[in-house]
Amino acid sequence: MSGALRIPGAGRLSQAKTARFSFDGQSYSGIEGDTLASALLANGVHLVGRSFKYHRPRGFLSAGAEEPNALVEIKRDAARKTPNVRATVQELYDGLAAQSQNRWPSLAFDVGAVNDIASPLFSAGFYYKTFMWPKAAWKSLYEPKIRAAAGLGVAPDQPDPDHYSARFAHCDVLVLGGGAAGIAAALAAAETGVRVILADEQAEFGGSLRFESGAKIDGQDGFAWAQAAIARLKALDNVRVLSRATAFGYYAQNFVALVERVSDHLQNPGRDLPRERLWQVRAKRVVLATGAIERHMVFADNDRPGIMLASAARTYLNHYGVAVGRNVGVYTANDSAYAAAIDLKKAGVDVAAIVDLRDNPTGPVIDEARALGIEINFGRAVISAGGKLRVTSMTVQPKNGGGERTIPVDAILMSAGWTPSVHLFSQSRGKVAFNDETKRFVPGTYAQDCVSVGACNGTDGLSATIDEAYAAGAKAAKDTGAKAARGTKPKVDASESWSRGMLGAAPGAGPDTTVKAFVDFQNDVTAKDIRQAVHEGMRSIEHVKRFTTNGMATDQGKTSNMHGLAIAAETLGKPIPQVGLTTFRAPYTPVTFGSIVGHARGPLFDPTRKTAIHPWAEAQGAVFEDVGQWKRAWYFPKGGEDMHAAVDRECVTVRKTAGLFDASTLGKIEVVGPDAAKFMELLYTNPWEKLEPGRCRYGIMLREDGFIYDDGVVGRLAPDRFHVTTTTGGAPRVMNHMEDYLQTEFPHLNVWLTSTTEQWAVIAVQGPKSRDIIAPLVEGIDMSDEALPHMSVREGRICGVPTRLFRMSFSGERGFEVNVPADYGQAVWEALWAEGQKHGATAYGTEAMHVLRAEKGYIIVGQDTDGTVTPNDAGLDWAVGKKKTDFVGIRGMARPDLVAKGRKQLVGLKTKDPKVVLEEGAQVVADPKQAVPMKMIGHVTSSYWSENCGRSIALALVAGGRDRMGETLYVPMPDGVIEVEVAGMVFFDEKGERLNG
Amino acid sequence: MLLIRCPYCEEERPELEFRNAGEAHIARSADIAGESDDDFEKFFFIRSNPKGIIYERWRHMHGCARFFNAVRDTVSDKFLMTYKAGEPKPAKLPGASK
Repeated sequence: MSGALRIPGAGRLSQAKTARFSFDGQSYSGIEGDTLASALLANGVHLVGRSFKYHRPRGFLSAGAEEPNALVEIKRDAARKTPNVRATVQELYDGLAAQSQNRWPSLAFDVGAVNDIASPLFSAGFYYKTFMWPKAAWKSLYEPKIRAAAGLGVAPDQPDPDHYSARFAHCDVLVLGGGAAGIAAALAAAETGVRVILADEQAEFGGSLRFESGAKIDGQDGFAWAQAAIARLKALDNVRVLSRATAFGYYAQNFVALVERVSDHLQNPGRDLPRERLWQVRAKRVVLATGAIERHMVFADNDRPGIMLASAARTYLNHYGVAVGRNVGVYTANDSAYAAAIDLKKAGVDVAAIVDLRDNPTGPVIDEARALGIEINFGRAVISAGGKLRVTSMTVQPKNGGGERTIPVDAILMSAGWTPSVHLFSQSRGKVAFNDETKRFVPGTYAQDCVSVGACNGTDGLSATIDEAYAAGAKAAKDTGAKAARGTKPKVDASESWSRGMLGAAPGAGPDTTVKAFVDFQNDVTAKDIRQAVHEGMRSIEHVKRFTTNGMATDQGKTSNMHGLAIAAETLGKPIPQVGLTTFRAPYTPVTFGSIVGHARGPLFDPTRKTAIHPWAEAQGAVFEDVGQWKRAWYFPKGGEDMHAAVDRECVTVRKTAGLFDASTLGKIEVVGPDAAKFMELLYTNPWEKLEPGRCRYGIMLREDGFIYDDGVVGRLAPDRFHVTTTTGGAPRVMNHMEDYLQTEFPHLNVWLTSTTEQWAVIAVQGPKSRDIIAPLVEGIDMSDEALPHMSVREGRICGVPTRLFRMSFSGERGFEVNVPADYGQAVWEALWAEGQKHGATAYGTEAMHVLRAEKGYIIVGQDTDGTVTPNDAGLDWAVGKKKTDFVGIRGMARPDLVAKGRKQLVGLKTKDPKVVLEEGAQVVADPKQAVPMKMIGHVTSSYWSENCGRSIALALVAGGRDRMGETLYVPMPDGVIEVEVAGMVFFDEKGERLNG
Repeated sequence: MLLIRCPYCEEERPELEFRNAGEAHIARSADIAGESDDDFEKFFFIRSNPKGIIYERWRHMHGCARFFNAVRDTVSDKFLMTYKAGEPKPAKLPGASK
């Protein structure tokens, strides 16, 4: 038998199989279909955790998602450890292993419980006051200690091996909550034929029908009716039914996020199942049928294990067949707890007494309880509970004072009334309204196309609920354009109903007491703490919440908010609506990071872009660097070379013979159309109209503010066609910039823009032997200097495939850039490589490319410029068309500050000691002897060892730099000041003769 | 996630497909080179940043790629309407709060 407290014949799990599980190393057996909570209770285990602050022993308060106490760690293996799992929600599977949290060395004996004795030190807001001095101790002592002591559960320390999926879904009517109301609404909507999604957080549909033994619908027991209705809905093509799916966030325009727990309840989920699935649903109409949550009674020591909500005890009995005790007491302020007493009594459990705060309530449940011989005490209160690890007694007193009486019990079932679950309504930005008569916040003003039905709308009684929900479901469908429903409304044959209840502290926990009467179990907030917050000046409920932490943490105050509010309102002497309700925020219940992240992790976090030539470089043992999303070959080490040696060799070989470089990542944009040249004139500083087809030009693009935005070589292929190149990182934003101007400022221009970055593979062949390498493979292009001078472009064929062959150089050597369709990139590279081998050419990577260009003083936008550099600052005035009357940036460039004297200008720096290589980003000063902080006059933008120059080289932005030629400046570093001389930007072949060399 | 109506696609599409492109109806002068410093400052730097109705540019980046204009309430984050680039500021707004 699966537990001594399993009642034969009770509950709905009788057909199921035994499941073995462990809790804190102890083995137990339960039944498939149990939750961890019901299985532990069947074995008589109530003590399952220690509270957050005082480390008080805690048991199960609830049987659902609102559980504040019974948080455990579920461990599948070393990497699959989930802390803070609500035992009331976790479904049992064979082999489940759970551990209690927040206790040391054991659950029954916890050293941290000393906090309970020392509790006067830890009253509300203690951490705002206690640790204020000495000030220095906060960082070194208090904060680390508090952080170590704080928190519930331990986060896993290994990467999550599970995977998580995500789905987008659209529907006409989304019904959230699968109790009687939700099912009725879904039936009404589904019968019209519109697309319906019905979701519920539980494994089984039915909501409160799980415990309401008195409900009969369409001639069936309520829970059985729910299962039959769900089966009908599942059979419809227009309906999707999601169980174990919690709607945790309600966002703008009826966008609802749900998390479906796909495999946490399975013994062996298998690799093909995700752990969870995130549903992002866009619905035309939303029906909220989220029900209500029972509140506890606020009295002294109301947190002892064994004290729980009446509806929870009923759920454990009527659904799971488990008695939560053998001799239970009941403490209530409304009728619903009577039903629990009646059900337990009928199941053979002793009910010691019902204690009812009300004076003379009447009604059928009271009559029935009396008829069963249960002792009922009206007008009395439970003023305290006995026991420590488990409740042993309740002490009863007339509510206005008088003689006490202690009744032995092993469980107390309590009900202070029901709180409508307006969380999702409130998240939808709807405004709640307080009903003074029923003392409930219910949906008031709606902000979105949704409707609340049933208990979450403050509707009492099953009949009224089904009427309201069915009508709302039909109307929601109709609003989306559906025809009238063809089905029939479910008929309620019998139901339960109960009245209001109370808010706030019960007698014995009033303002004149210092007892621990818990309002918020998860944060250990007592009635006294709330009053103290008000006494210390908190007026807004939001301040009370933050000062006491009432309603915070993982349960988000599902059971505590209303009690806390009532106590604050009473202490303030204000009506409840004037004090206001705290804001409900997503998520409704905790959501794993995994479900939010989904597949977007590891290699799928961000795309990795590889060029057509990447596999060749990889095979050659290239070391890669990340440039944006691109992987680029950084250098090609040979025979044990380090980076320094490899780069030196590559740089020297390029200038001596030749080198091949994969430049495919360069951004490429095809600018085409009758007005292409006019467009280029407007987007670049340079003149383009007169550039002959077949020629190239180095172009500079500015933003409207006059600062350099991008650069690149542009080839004119035809009067109406430009092949524009951009920086590797700049391609998307340059395209966006061009489209923006074309569409919105210059829409009269007849131009088309096409990104061709990935269409062309680009192989740079640079060096004195470059022409000799390329020429044998080229057809239809005259490669002579006369026919193909520096900065020209021709179309022809190479290795039999089409090419756009650019004669251009980013190294200062005779150079070419061979563009071929990307699919042929590697084949052409290999053919060129074979030719190159005959001449002793090298492959070179981005590092050598950087060194070679720096030797020539060619800038890299984004490295030597930073968004505050004008063409003049960069020494590129020659590239600005002086006769032009308009281009983007022409006016910005003329702003007073941009033409002022003393601006930072790009210059070369030579270290006095040629062996010393400056650090990029290092600051430059004029006088190293000045006091710190020194006046910085510039910084190093590029710096390398140049094997070709036999010395270090650097570029720097220096105030008034071009007027400082030959001046000595200083670069202060932690281990000494480096002397530098201001020089021109060109370090190698100043005359540029090698372009034709 | 908001739904935004693209006036070119004539469809409401999720926010993820769009990129904001700053305030709308700020015309670039045909003679920008001749503008005074004050006029250029107004054109390039000064934005209204209102609490309430804003006219702004959006691009249907991952759709038709067109730039268009939208009217949005910065308080409620609601889009009141969208219209094509080049069309004048709408004289009347549907369902404007103020």
